[in-house]
Amino acid sequence: MRSMADVWRVALLVAGKDLRAELKSKTALVSAVSFAAMVLMIFTFARDSTRLGPADLMPSALWITYAFAATTALHRAFALEKENGALDLLLLAPVAPEAIFFGKFAANLVVVLVVAAVTLPLAVLFFNVDVRGVIGPLVAVTLLATPGFVAVGTVIGAVSVRTRFAELMLPLLLLPFLLPPLIGGVQVTARLLADRPLSEVAGWLRLLAVYDVVFVTVCALLFPSVVEE
Amino acid sequence: MTAGAERALTRRGLWLSAVSLLLLVGIYVLAFAATPIERSQGFAQKIFYLHVPAAWCALLGFTVVGVVSLLYLWLKDPRLDLFAASAAEVGVIFSIVMLTSGPLWARPVWGTWWQWDARLTLTLLLFFLFLGYLSLRSAVHDPAERARFSAVVALLGLVLVPFVHLSVYLFRTIHPTPVVLKPSAPTLPGSMLTVLLLSLLVHTLLYAGLVLARYGIARTAAEARIDG
Repeated sequence: MRSMADVWRVALLVAGKDLRAELKSKTALVSAVSFAAMVLMIFTFARDSTRLGPADLMPSALWITYAFAATTALHRAFALEKENGALDLLLLAPVAPEAIFFGKFAANLVVVLVVAAVTLPLAVLFFNVDVRGVIGPLVAVTLLATPGFVAVGTVIGAVSVRTRFAELMLPLLLLPFLLPPLIGGVQVTARLLADRPLSEVAGWLRLLAVYDVVFVTVCALLFPSVVEE
Repeated sequence: MTAGAERALTRRGLWLSAVSLLLLVGIYVLAFAATPIERSQGFAQKIFYLHVPAAWCALLGFTVVGVVSLLYLWLKDPRLDLFAASAAEVGVIFSIVMLTSGPLWARPVWGTWWQWDARLTLTLLLFFLFLGYLSLRSAVHDPAERARFSAVVALLGLVLVPFVHLSVYLFRTIHPTPVVLKPSAPTLPGSMLTVLLLSLLVHTLLYAGLVLARYGIARTAAEARIDG
């Protein structure tokens, strides 16, 4: 009999295993972070300097960079398992597939938030914007916009790794799901930087929160169908 | 089912499609002869009788793929998977009709080919989701895996649609407001409404015919692979 406590215990074990493996090699983190830094650098130059000041471009550059870097990092979770057939062995263990989902999701969330923790300060630095007074809300909106698409990325990562052209299939299938968090993130960030009142973005914040709840739930329900044999 | 039965499915589908195409010609005769010229949009408004039903079929196709995928995950019948794939392929065709007829109308009426309005963005997104779904299918070799993976992705897409609609709506919208499906009575003049409803019916028949034919072919191919 699998109890709820068992699911959380196994999820923590899977997440811990994933993060330890990531800390040993650091491949995904280092490549995602340097990818983010380079994309931000490209954005600073890919700007029409006659019309736009650096600060005007900052919200879009920040969120697009973050989304793309996160997508590259998401590939990690199952690419690792594919080597040596580790995923098959994990699935042979008598644990609920939901527990594996929550473990993978938690590890992905940590990795992607580390990417965010590097992207946000770099964007502030590169685009020379004044974020004093809005750092708290900026961090909050990043935390709010991330879990939903990381959940979808976890499921689609498990799917894409077992297809041909896995590296191509993940962004192709995942990008549509970035749309709501990305639009919301850019809109909220732009208004925060323009010192607009928070009430102006209440609709976006609600949308991001509902997106998280709905997709984490739906993904936990669908994940077992992906991995079952 | 014998090989003959699958061929019969295909044949019935092709017949239904052929009849619908003929009826579609009739719809256009009606649209030109029996409906008035719209006052502000002029002749360009005639595309309405093609564009709206095509959009309806694309949305119908997307919903069918979602519902049949859910049934597949529940019942695990490979026929449901083949049906979902056929519904998606035909849905792509209607999406293309919708996405090309829309700009042809928008250019003279809005003065622009494309607008990032809520509904336009949503239909373009549907098109991308369809393409992703079909690419995924072509990238998985094992039929059972392909069925499970594509069903999961289709359902995720179905859940995504309202979110994208809402986010673009929060951005802003200029699409003509509904003239038929709305809480009060339709504001469309009688003859226009009749032709539109007939066109919707004929397009739905065409959609069903094409899906049936495609499904028959998919079944024949699947049987051939098992026998061979």
